[in-house]
Amino acid sequence: MYEKRYPIAVEAEGLRKRFGATEAVRGLTLTVAAGSIYGLLGPNGAGKTTTVRILATLLRPDGGRAAVLGHDVVREAAAVRRRIALAGQAATVDEDLTGRENLVFLGRLSGLSRGGARARAADVLEAFDLAGAAGKQVKTYSGGMRRRLDLAASFLVPAELYFLDEPTTGLDPAARAQVWQIVRAAAESGATVLLTTQYLEEADRLADRVAVIDHGTVVAEGTPAALKADTGRGTLDEVFLALTQPTQGSAA
Amino acid sequence: MTVIVAGPRPEPPGPWTATLAFGYRALLKIRHVPEQLFDVIAIPVVFTLMFTYLFGGALAGSPGRYLPFLLPGTLVMAVLLVSMYAGIGLNTDVGKGITGRFRSLPVWRPAPVAGAVLGDVARYLIAAGLVTVLGVIMGYRPPGGPAGVLAGIGLLLVFALSLSWAWTALGLLLRTPQAVMSTGTVVLFPLTLASNVFVQPPTMPGWLQAFVGVNPVSHLVTAERGLLGGHPAPGQIAWVLLAAAALAAVFAPLTGYLYTRRA
Repeated sequence: MYEKRYPIAVEAEGLRKRFGATEAVRGLTLTVAAGSIYGLLGPNGAGKTTTVRILATLLRPDGGRAAVLGHDVVREAAAVRRRIALAGQAATVDEDLTGRENLVFLGRLSGLSRGGARARAADVLEAFDLAGAAGKQVKTYSGGMRRRLDLAASFLVPAELYFLDEPTTGLDPAARAQVWQIVRAAAESGATVLLTTQYLEEADRLADRVAVIDHGTVVAEGTPAALKADTGRGTLDEVFLALTQPTQGSAA
Repeated sequence: MTVIVAGPRPEPPGPWTATLAFGYRALLKIRHVPEQLFDVIAIPVVFTLMFTYLFGGALAGSPGRYLPFLLPGTLVMAVLLVSMYAGIGLNTDVGKGITGRFRSLPVWRPAPVAGAVLGDVARYLIAAGLVTVLGVIMGYRPPGGPAGVLAGIGLLLVFALSLSWAWTALGLLLRTPQAVMSTGTVVLFPLTLASNVFVQPPTMPGWLQAFVGVNPVSHLVTAERGLLGGHPAPGQIAWVLLAAAALAAVFAPLTGYLYTRRA
């Protein structure tokens, strides 16, 4: 169990990031309470992955500031990295190696002993239903198996904050339910989970709060229930469509 | 559900442990994808066989008299061609995004590159070992003895590791692994062919002699011939070490700069 030293897990203010001519993130502000499951929703290209990459210290923001677990993501990147785990589009595994080799390697890099890394690799392979394919090269895996291996890698050592970038994209319903269970278990252990998703049902069932992102900025934020009440829509799908329709512009 | 473990996260690995982990990964890749290595080693192996048996008689009177001249050259060729993989491997990692995960981990920053160097050393030793064994099978008995061979391979490793910085910089500049491979080949083939690997320069036209004379590969081959042949040439060895230092001084910082920008 983690003692919650920081009531706020993520605090981002006016984040900006430009790639050439496109401004992927345009003044994004976000607050995530520690110990919660927080969903970032948005259409493709909305800036979800870029935001996660900035918060996980992989990208430097062009403007604004962000603190993760009380540490600035630019000036105190090393302190942030000691406390987070990252899975999904922003991270990946080695296709030439087997699933088990990938996990043992990443376990060693996470500070586990040789034996500890092997034991944890076996644990998470089991939990993510990959024990049967553990000895096969990742290049032979299906898309769903890769996604699960990638998730498994981020659960090798405990983290205070898990960044899961579209964790269930490409997974079948059974695997998706399994991932949800693991995400809930992580939050129950006291960790914070920040996940991006395109599945609104996932956000509705899993997240304590969600932020809808469009064109690099937050257009709505709140609990799924509050968002539905505020917009007078019955489902999160309708809320999402109302907020991100190109014809309606930004509705926040 | 055993997947969520409570309790403190282990301390991040030290620089040496992290470097070894990356080296271990490089060795696993050699084991899983050996064909990558053997594709490029095939060329010097074929050249050794072809030049010795086909042209050896014409060039040196007999294949047996040509081989001691040729083998140090094809040894250099093999290791230099294999050194391209430093750039190809890095380009693949960056392209696939796996460097993103490395950077999200609390490890010593240069560890991925330092670990890759360990893997490179293994590759160079395999390449050098194969060509040397081929030579011995063909009847080559290095006059320098085991000590000369080890010294020769050692010098070759130093040069190849320095040259690998040029490949890693190229690997970060170009888009695909194929582009790195073809650009590397375009650079290496003229350097290895227009050298003293196969024949002595005095038979060449003057303009080519001039190029061969300044080609660093020629100096490396001359130094190798000295070490393997039992008559080390300190001047040539110093020249090679100087060239290696210059390559590393230019391309190692450039790689570092490009890596932080792109990976």
